[in-house]
Amino acid sequence: MTITGSRGFPDGYLAPGSSFLDFAAQHAPTIMPGTQPTFDTIPQDIAPHGTTIVALEYHNGIIIAGDRRATMGTTIAHREIEKVFAADEHSAIAIAGTAGLAIELVRLFQLELEHYEKIEGTPLSLDGKANRLSTMLRSHLHLALQGLPIVPIFAGWDSTRHQGRLFAYDVTGGRYEEPNFTCAGSGSVFARSALKKLWKPQLDATRAITIALEALWDAADDDTATAGPDIIRRIWPIIAVIDHKGFRYVSEADLAHANDTIAHQRSQDHQHVRVLEPGRDGPGNRLPSQGSATIIPESDQS
Amino acid sequence: MSMPFYISPEQLMADRADYARKGIARGRAVIVATCTEGIVFATENHSQALHKISEIYDRIGFAAVGKYNEFEALRVAGIRYADLRGYSYDRSDVTARALAHAYAQTLGTAFTTESKPMEVEVVVAELGHDASRDEIYHLSYDGSVAQEHGCVVIGGDQDTIDAVFRSSWEPTMSLADTLTAITQALSQPPQKDAEHTMVTPAPTYEAALLDRSRPRRTFRRLTVTDFVPSTQGTRS
Repeated sequence: MTITGSRGFPDGYLAPGSSFLDFAAQHAPTIMPGTQPTFDTIPQDIAPHGTTIVALEYHNGIIIAGDRRATMGTTIAHREIEKVFAADEHSAIAIAGTAGLAIELVRLFQLELEHYEKIEGTPLSLDGKANRLSTMLRSHLHLALQGLPIVPIFAGWDSTRHQGRLFAYDVTGGRYEEPNFTCAGSGSVFARSALKKLWKPQLDATRAITIALEALWDAADDDTATAGPDIIRRIWPIIAVIDHKGFRYVSEADLAHANDTIAHQRSQDHQHVRVLEPGRDGPGNRLPSQGSATIIPESDQS
Repeated sequence: MSMPFYISPEQLMADRADYARKGIARGRAVIVATCTEGIVFATENHSQALHKISEIYDRIGFAAVGKYNEFEALRVAGIRYADLRGYSYDRSDVTARALAHAYAQTLGTAFTTESKPMEVEVVVAELGHDASRDEIYHLSYDGSVAQEHGCVVIGGDQDTIDAVFRSSWEPTMSLADTLTAITQALSQPPQKDAEHTMVTPAPTYEAALLDRSRPRRTFRRLTVTDFVPSTQGTRS
């Protein structure tokens, strides 16, 4: 990496331009992720993968959320991974896919926005930020084809239109502005169904946060790579709000409260649901059930 | 065959220094000073877009006087240097001292080897976690570096402004009081033109603060409203 020689800044440092990516690609290419040579095939479980992320509009902004699980094959690699980040003060990025590369991409994207803002003295437009992310994803296409994809969602407050906007991406850098809601990652098929049923125009923030949690809950219910709320460890999804005041995370206390409400509602709804008895699917050679056996001694039952 | 004229190194350097000093003195002065809220940068600047004060990194600010295209190139190089270093190592590894060193090398090289020295003076200031750890570095056109304690004035009629400013400024002052002292010092008429007493109105100031109360990026530009308490303040 070039910093400065004894003669001061190299010429490239003094040349015009406001992109950190372009600058670093010229002057410190080795620090850029995805520039090192890779192998033809990468085993599927070599690197942790992040899973489900969702985002939805509410009446004065955007809610963006992600579960906390990273998996490596069938193993849980991390229980508290973060997938939702501030891209800058007025926009957010959430990531699904290869965790290590995705988090590095987030760092680089944050820096790209900050670098532009410092050099130009004004922030990029929201569309400018969304397009910049496309370019960065496209440069990772070769890694995506080797099984290391990154699928982000970008959301931000558009100060010229006075509204929050949502962008979904594919691994080739395709950028798709979405109305209403979007989601990505392995649990997204299930989360999408929940969002379809629950999302309505003109939601308030509290309701929108609940819908994001419900969607993640449904994803966790059917996708092994997505974590549900961890009641024992008290780990909740990470949720952020972006409105005209900017980006902020929803507090742990509010998340715990919203989760408790959903848990209560769902257990109420399941109270009279029939559950099958054990032994029903056997090969047919077991003895007729005489009721379930008691293995806990009477003295221990309270 | 023509022989090149001999010029003594002393003469050459003195001429270059003279040339640079004249260029720098043509612009308006910038004051950088610590206050309880952080480190404040201020200058008279009639342009809304051509800044003399800038953010470099989380806790590092930049101010310059002299030739705009020259200090703008230095400012951009500083941001690139800081961002590259912060990305390669960690945000906490970006320091004003190292940046001042890099600027000194560039300025020093230009002064001795280029056909003309850079007509700029630069201040790099880093906000410490408390006022005693604030660092202010003053870089001259020839690459010399000085660490200043508490405040520094560069450019314009710097000696006069420095004397006036130091007579009313204390490092323990609030932001509002420091801005009052700055506006008073900057509105000093140049010595050569003592008749001229027009006070520049507040909107033509460019000012910024490295704000101790902010997390991560501490640099924020000050607006006209930040100057209001100072113009209506209790100081008489």
